[in-house]
Order: sequence, then C-alpha cells, then structure tokens
Amino acid sequence: MPGTVQSIERAAAVLRLLAGGSGRLSLAEISRSLDLAKPTTHGILQTLRKVGFVEQDRVSGHYQLGAAMLRLGTGFLDVNELRSRSINWADPLAARSGEAVRIGTVLDGQVLVVHHVFRPDDTFQTLDVGSLLPIHATALGKALLAYRADGAAAPAALDRFTSRTAGTQRELTEALRAVREAGWSAEVEELHRGEASIAAPIRAYGGLVVGAIGISGHVERICDSHYRPRPALVANVRDAARAVSRDLGATFRGGAP
Amino acid sequence: MTERYVVAIDQGTTSTRCIVIDRRGQLVSLAQQEHKQHFPKPGWVEHDAAEIWRNVERLGPEALRRAGATIDQVAAIGIANQRETTILWDKKTGQPIGHAVVWQDTRTDTMVGRLDHLPGAEGVRHRSGLPLATYFSGPRVRWMLDHTPGLLERAERGEVLFGTMETWLIWKLTGGLHVTDVTNASRTLLLDIHTLDWSPASLEFFGIPRAMLPEVRPSIGVFGTATAAFPGVRIGAALGDQQAALFGQTCFAPGEAKCTYGTGSFLLLNTGSELVRSTHGLLSTVAYQIKGEPAAYALEGSIAITGSLVQWFRDQLELIASAPEIETLARTVSDNGGCYIVPAFSGLYAPHWRSEARGVIVGLTSYITKGHLARAVLEASAWQTREVVDAMNADSGLALKTLRVDGGMTADNLLMQYIADVLDVPVVRPLAAETVSLGAAYGAGLAVGYWPDLEGLRQNWHRAAQWMPTMDAERRDSEYANWKRAVSRTFDWIQG
Ligand SMILES: Nc1ncnc2c1ncn2[C@@H]1O[C@H](COP(=O)(O)OP(=O)(O)OP(=O)(O)O)[C@@H](O)[C@H]1O
Ligand SMILES: [Mg+2]
Repeated sequence: MPGTVQSIERAAAVLRLLAGGSGRLSLAEISRSLDLAKPTTHGILQTLRKVGFVEQDRVSGHYQLGAAMLRLGTGFLDVNELRSRSINWADPLAARSGEAVRIGTVLDGQVLVVHHVFRPDDTFQTLDVGSLLPIHATALGKALLAYRADGAAAPAALDRFTSRTAGTQRELTEALRAVREAGWSAEVEELHRGEASIAAPIRAYGGLVVGAIGISGHVERICDSHYRPRPALVANVRDAARAVSRDLGATFRGGAP
Repeated sequence: MTERYVVAIDQGTTSTRCIVIDRRGQLVSLAQQEHKQHFPKPGWVEHDAAEIWRNVERLGPEALRRAGATIDQVAAIGIANQRETTILWDKKTGQPIGHAVVWQDTRTDTMVGRLDHLPGAEGVRHRSGLPLATYFSGPRVRWMLDHTPGLLERAERGEVLFGTMETWLIWKLTGGLHVTDVTNASRTLLLDIHTLDWSPASLEFFGIPRAMLPEVRPSIGVFGTATAAFPGVRIGAALGDQQAALFGQTCFAPGEAKCTYGTGSFLLLNTGSELVRSTHGLLSTVAYQIKGEPAAYALEGSIAITGSLVQWFRDQLELIASAPEIETLARTVSDNGGCYIVPAFSGLYAPHWRSEARGVIVGLTSYITKGHLARAVLEASAWQTREVVDAMNADSGLALKTLRVDGGMTADNLLMQYIADVLDVPVVRPLAAETVSLGAAYGAGLAVGYWPDLEGLRQNWHRAAQWMPTMDAERRDSEYANWKRAVSRTFDWIQG
C-alpha cells in the first residue's frame, strides 16, 4: 500500500485556504494559519506558483489563487505560447531531418496545427498553421491520443483515407499501445498515399502531455525499404520533443521519453 | 578536428543568452537569463553591468553542459550585444561606476536639444552618419562625467574606462583588453564612419577625453583569448545585435535587408562599401567589417518600441499573462475597431526622430474591448515597419520585394501576416529564429577558419515560413492614413 504524500496534502490545504479567504494572504499568514514552517510553506507556494495554481502580487508579494486554478478544465498552455516556446527547437529539427515540421494540439477531437516549419529546400510551400488534421491518421494525432493530451479520445467513426488507415477501434487501440511502449508515433501512408510522418509527445511539468511535434514527407525519405520509419529521423524527432519539453519544465528519468 | 561548435553570447536589453551552434548553423543548446531593469525616474532605464557579467559567467558553462560539449570543442566565441548602452568602470578595480545607462534612457534630452543647435553639430552628424538624439552613447558619457564628482579628472588621467556592452564583456572575458568593434563604435556619435576611428573633433564637441575610449577594431577578426568563462577560447567577433542579425540572415550583398523584432525593431539594408546618407530619417551605420577588408555599411530604420509594447500590455496593464497570449486575445476580434496605439514611449525614432513625442491611444469608443487593444498593439509594430520601409524605398530608389524577418515576435502569425498585408510584400522567416546569435557565431567562426567563407554560410539559409499579402489596397491605404493621423497626435507633447 503506497502511503499518502504529505506535501500534496499541504498543497491542497494551501489552496483551500487561499480559495476560502478574501483577498491576498502573506507568507507569514499562510504559514501561521496552517501551522507550517515558513520555508516549507514557501516551497509549496513557489511550486504552486510555477504550475500556475497560485499567483503572487508583484508589489506586496502576497499570494492568491492563480488563473490556472479557475480554468482547470481548459487547455493549460495557450497555443500561441506553445509555438513561441518551441520555435527554437522546431527549426533545428527541420534542418537535421530535411523535412517539414509541425506542432499539434487537440481541438474538437482533431489535431490543430499550431506551428509549421517548411521543408528546408526553399521550394514554394504554404503555411498551414490553424488547419485541422484527422487525429487517428497522423503521427501527431496518435501521439496526442496515446497520452490523452487535453483529454483527447478516439473519434467514434474512423474515417478511412487510404487502405492503410486504422479502420477499427481495436486496430487503433493496438497502435496507441505501441506508441506508449515506444515513446513515439508514426503514420505510413495512412492519410495520403506516398506520405509518412513521425511524431513524439511534448511534455510539461509532471509529465503532462501538452502537444506533439513531428515531421512528415515522402514515404521513401521518412521510411526504409520495409516501410519502417528511419531510426535516425525518429531520434531527431525525439530529441526535439525532449528539448521543448525540458524548456516547458518536464524532467526525464534516465533518458526515458 | 575536435572543434565542433561555436558559442555566441547575445547580450540583449532584457536578457542574456549563450548559444552553442554547430557547423550547419543550427542551435545545439541555449541558456538564457533575464537581468533586472532599473527605472529610477520616468524616462530613465539602467542595468547593472556587474550582474550582466555574472550572468555571462554562469550561462557560458551552462550552455556547454546542455550541449554535452567541452570547452576544447569550442572553436571561437562571438559576441552580439544591445547597442548604445553606456558603461563606465574603474580601470584598476574593474568595478562599474554606477549603473549602465540603457539605450532607451532619455535623461540626456535637454542636453542633446542644446547641443543640436551648436555650430559643431552639423559636423558631428556628418562624421557619424547619425542625428543628435538621446538614443546614442556619446551624450550619455558626457552626462555621466557631468554628474559624478571628480569623474572627468579621473577619466582624463585614464583611470576610468568607457565601453558599450561588448567592450565591457571583452574586458571581463580577457581580463583587461579595452577594445570595441566598428559597428558598436558607429553608435556613439563619436566615430568618424569614413576613417573608422574616433573623431577628435566630435570628442571635443562632447568634451570626452580620448583616454577613456577603447581601441576600435574590425567586427570579425580575433580580438583576444578569453581567460574567464571560456578560458583558452578565442573571441572571434563582436557586433551590435542588429548588425549581427543582418549577418546571421546572410545579407552580405548590397540591397539585402532584414528586420528584427525584439524589444524594438530594426530594419537594416546592406549598402556595401558605399556609405549612403539618408534624406528620409534613416541612420547610416557600419554593417560589419571583416579584418583586412573594407567595411560594409548599412542604412538603418530604428523603431524603439515594438516587443516592449507587448511587454507593457502584459506587465503594466496586466491584460495578458504572457507575450504570446497577445495573439490569442487579438484573435477574439476581427479588426482594431477603429483604435490605434502609437507607442512613442521614449519619443519616436525613425523616420520621425521626435524626442518630444509621447504615446497615444486614439479612436477610443465604448465599443472598444481589450481584444481591439491587443490588435492595435500588434498593428503598431506593422505600421512602424511600413514607415521605415517607405523611408528606405525612398532613399534607395528601389522597392523592397520581400522582407526577411527574425526575433521573438516572428512567432506571432497574426503579426507576421499583418506586416505582409501593410507592406504588400511577402514576409519570410529563415530557419533560425535566433539570428542575432547566429550572426555573432558566423563572424567568430569565419575569423578562426571554422567556416571558410561567406558563400558557405549562405548555403545554411533556408526559408522556414512565408506570409503572403492578402489585404486589398483600399483598406491598406485607409488604415495607413489613420495610422499617420494617430502618429501626428503624439508630436509636441513634452514642452520645454
Ligand atoms: N508571440 C508573440 N507575440 C508578440 N510579441 C511577442 C511574442 N513573443 C515574444 N514577443 C515579444 O518579443 C520580445 C522578445 O523577442 P526577443 O527574444 O527577440 O527579444 P530580445 O532579444 O529579448 O530583446 P533584447 O535583445 O532587446 O533583449 C518581447 O518584447 C516580447 O514581448
Ligand atoms: Mg535580442
């Protein structure tokens, strides 16, 4: 039987105290009220501040409930912020892989493209930021589904785009299990004939999956002759996903995704 | 060869970044730290140079650690820095004398107003390629000498040193080398941009002793070897951040231009070895100089407030929690609702150069929501760009065909689309958002032979995104007319 975690109990107490009180409370007031040592209280408050559950007034230094606490049910990271914070790592992924890069999140059961980097060959391409992709027929979508990013769930009806699209719930469930096992996702001619994609989850603090980053292109470039994603490209994608995740506050145990 | 990387130090207005870059010009790792902004009085902006140096000392090793690199794998260091910010320090102790006075600081406005009318002013303008404005370093040095008892005498005896940020960092990195590069020197009002050395006449005009000035060197060429932060590594380049971005965008040929969107925004056009003088409110400045070669010059349109307007919206109005949320908020409405914001917070820079102007919000009605204000904030960056592009087209006699952009604001798709719309040209972002660092790295790598030549660097440039204009001409023209009327409302606000 795992025991309870004392610091989480204390954090819950801090949140209740702030929710119940009127106005902002100082560190001293909070630690006095909960009969906790000041350094302990301070550590809890700073952690809660980092995840957005608590806000600190810039002038007085007093604490109140954070906006994120009131919006717990909605997406935690603004999509434009996700783009801003990943742009530095999406570019090297495109340069190293030679393919177009996209970052996606979930919107209405589909993949919303929040960032797009052209394939670096200087051919004419158009930005498709803001467009929607099918969640079960893209590597980005499978990465989001596999980790239930933003509560993503498989659509009831699985549209078939090619003969390779996952056509049954069972097939999809199996594919998602494989994604979780591997830590990355792929899609080979499941959306368009002749095209393939690779993606990996973007994580924030506590491992929370907030999006996915991936590359897509001609199947002969993305895959080897057995239609398997090329390991070097998989490594590029996972490295980029890890770099973005680290910047968002994720920590990794022993190099796991 | 074990030298696999070049390290760039990007010492900016709001933060310092250390960046490790590989042979293909791609980011390997990044370590960043903001420093404190001191606002002791309205219009005053200061930094603590000692704090900034401590950040560099810490970020360098941190960036290497994140890259999994060792110091012997670093071929060279390149420095790009916030320009015009002015630091004085004690030669013997290495202690800064007071805070650094930042480029946005307007404390010298009365002095500059007075100096501008003196007979010698025309000569200063001609030699430096700049208008007399609070923006540049020279008047700041004079102000600091005037306001610290005994400082002038010590400066004359060579006990007090002046530097812009790259000078300070090189001095700290090398343990006492007092040098600047031509691009930073060209922002002081003290350099003769033809001879590329300090102008005795301009020094006399401002009353600044030669003994406190650093030696002027080419931007690209080994300055010395670091003994601190990166012991044993050569410093291969130093450039002002905007010139570094021009270099990072590989705008090596005359006619090539870029605009960087950070705290402020700066459009630079390479004019080659020819010094072009603007008749439309742009600056003439040095783009870069490779050791042993003639300098390349640039025309510059400097816009003081763009990204910092977003920061003001976030920190002072508290209408958003992070800068990128401005786009989310702006997308809650479909247009500006008739509202315009002109952020003349420290006067207006190019092409107006009106130091007495102050910001306005016009067109307010009870219809206006925070969404409209967010639109107006973003649109202000676009219209200010339009003004400097118009000036550049008029000066060069050529119409800009595409705009190359970089900097933090290029993550904002709504803004980039709006810039394409108001300029009526495609806007292109290269495959390297940190172009300032890239330019410093390119310079340093060239200096030590890590990269062979400019042509090789051009191969690294790729288009990462492009926004095509979609606005109809009629709407563009009427919005521009509104913007111009809004700008005229900012003039003559400060009276004196
Ligand atoms: N998505 C966005 N939309 C609008 N503005 C943004 C966005 N992201 C960042 N900014 C603005 O861009 C600026 C940061 O850009 P950048 O990192 O290039 O500047 P900087 O290099 O820190 O500036 P400096 O060198 O002057 O310190 C900030 O002023 C911020 O308000
Ligand atoms: Mg910068």
